[in-house]
Amino acid sequence: MEYYLQLFINGLVVGSLYSLVALGFVIIYKATKVVNFAQGELVMVGAYICFSLTVQFHIPFIWAFFLTLGFSVLLGLVIEKMILRPLIGEEPIMVIMVTIGMSSVLKSLVQLFWGTQIRVYPQVLPTEPIFIAGLPVAPVYIAAFILSAVLFAIFSIFFKYSRTGIAMRATAFDQQAAQSMGIGIKNIFAMSWCIACIVSAVGGVILGNINGINSHIGHLGLKVFPAVILGGLDSLLGAALGGLIVGVLENICGGAAKQFFGLGGFREVAAFIVLVIILMIKPYGLFGTKEIERV
Amino acid sequence: MQGKCGLFFTSYKDEAQIFQSGFQKIMIGLLILVLCAAPFLLNVYMTSVMNLIFIAVVGAVALNLLTGICGQISLGHGAFIGVGAYVAGQCTLHGVPFPIAILAAGLITAMVGMVFGVPSLRLKGIYLAIATLAAQLVLEYVFLHGGAMTGGSNGLLLEPPMILGFSFDTELRMYFLLFFFAAAALLMVSNIMRTKYGRAFVSIRDFYLSAEIVGVNLFWYKLVAFGVSSFLAGVAGGLWAHYTGYISAEQFNIALSISYRAMIIIGGMGSVLGSVFGAIFIVLLPEVLNAVANGLGMFFPDISHYIVALREGVFGMVLILFLIFEPEGLAHRWRLIKAYWKLYPFAH
Repeated sequence: MEYYLQLFINGLVVGSLYSLVALGFVIIYKATKVVNFAQGELVMVGAYICFSLTVQFHIPFIWAFFLTLGFSVLLGLVIEKMILRPLIGEEPIMVIMVTIGMSSVLKSLVQLFWGTQIRVYPQVLPTEPIFIAGLPVAPVYIAAFILSAVLFAIFSIFFKYSRTGIAMRATAFDQQAAQSMGIGIKNIFAMSWCIACIVSAVGGVILGNINGINSHIGHLGLKVFPAVILGGLDSLLGAALGGLIVGVLENICGGAAKQFFGLGGFREVAAFIVLVIILMIKPYGLFGTKEIERV
Repeated sequence: MQGKCGLFFTSYKDEAQIFQSGFQKIMIGLLILVLCAAPFLLNVYMTSVMNLIFIAVVGAVALNLLTGICGQISLGHGAFIGVGAYVAGQCTLHGVPFPIAILAAGLITAMVGMVFGVPSLRLKGIYLAIATLAAQLVLEYVFLHGGAMTGGSNGLLLEPPMILGFSFDTELRMYFLLFFFAAAALLMVSNIMRTKYGRAFVSIRDFYLSAEIVGVNLFWYKLVAFGVSSFLAGVAGGLWAHYTGYISAEQFNIALSISYRAMIIIGGMGSVLGSVFGAIFIVLLPEVLNAVANGLGMFFPDISHYIVALREGVFGMVLILFLIFEPEGLAHRWRLIKAYWKLYPFAH
């Protein structure tokens, strides 16, 4: 039982990371209808920038963190302006492929600059475990969870009450109507990429603090798909919950598969099997908006 | 179909021919002759590159049938190729003759593809992409943990293909075998395109609701598209497995799916010729990069450390540039070049 409780808590922590990445994905999809396959690579770039600033340039962690966020804004702007804008209105497969191409480029840049070996962040938080329900949990895990929750709350409020947030929601709902109400669609698109990059970078920094980074953490981006399918492609709350559920689900399934069938690595695919089943039963995901098409 | 200048058709049958004019037939004949003579003039390395291109052509034309012609996105073709490789490998390891093994690889992969294609009736665009992505990852897991069936992480070792006691054990012999399969695959897809099925696929791609209204059974045709496409992917996998002589799970990862996708986008979606161009481009890209890196090795001795990363970066960059500047692919560029030369000295 304790084994599963431990798995559950691990799942929540990993899940909170998935939530963050999924949050970035959903923000982009909501505003621009772009399916971003490079979300994991954005996480990776954020993580490496922060690593580079703290370890290689000896900037205090907190400042490095904010500089990373600034860099993410720039990255988002560059990506949106140079790569995505020429493809507005193209078929989904084209847009998917351009984000895949982007992920290759980002991955290769990271490998060129930082190599492929694992890099470890300096310890920012104390290492003594905190006990929750009798189980030891590293403080960095708790920090990760809290930070994800805070970010999620900030963005919920942002989308609900701020002027820009409302404009973004309006754009997501109907681009033409939004434009005719005087909302600058292009700015909104750029904005959503910036926000997504920031969220991803935060995810990357947390990930780096948990277990170091290497050039393969981009695979995290694939986990976003089960999460958003579970939660609905255009719902922030759904993405956050979906991420948590996927994290818990894959840890428990993986643990159970190991215990009962001796299967290693099942964790990696458990979420995808669930995903296929969900899509077979509900083709628009659990909470996705059903698209009604008329001739 | 755009009729060419100077061609006059008196029946639909004439118009639907793959090679319409005598000139085209002569050129194709010449091309086949050149390709048959080529391996005797090229060195072993170049022949091996040609062999890889032939295998890639089979896979690319398979994917182009599904995505370019029928409009169904698949991110799982890398894994489908893997299924074909493992099936063909297991067959020949158990003493099944090579041609039958390839056929079995195609058929079983077609079945697997159709299973994952079933959701395609209800899924569209991004959802289908995600479902096939899931298929890719699940199949990858099966390859790695399939026990004796797939050899797990050790992979399978295969003998060179053997047909009626003749062993295709050199690059030169493989060349003709693979050339035959590539040509057969191209001919097959070109022929499918001019049948009822091909027209139904195109109508589904263009607008599925209109297709359904004019009486195209969406589910059946989408399933057939997945089946035929996976069949060819399986054949490509079987050929690849026997060409390299070794199968491991890592070969059939998502990067393979992506590179096949890149082939059809760079070559031109929905064009058989485009699949060929795309396959040539994507196979040659790393080879050219290697050659350039070797050339630059004198000036930058460290370049070999970066070549893997560089290769991926250049691949992504090329993909992005093509999508932005030439979304119709090389086949479109080819058409423009042909149109330019058609009236050459007297244009306008």
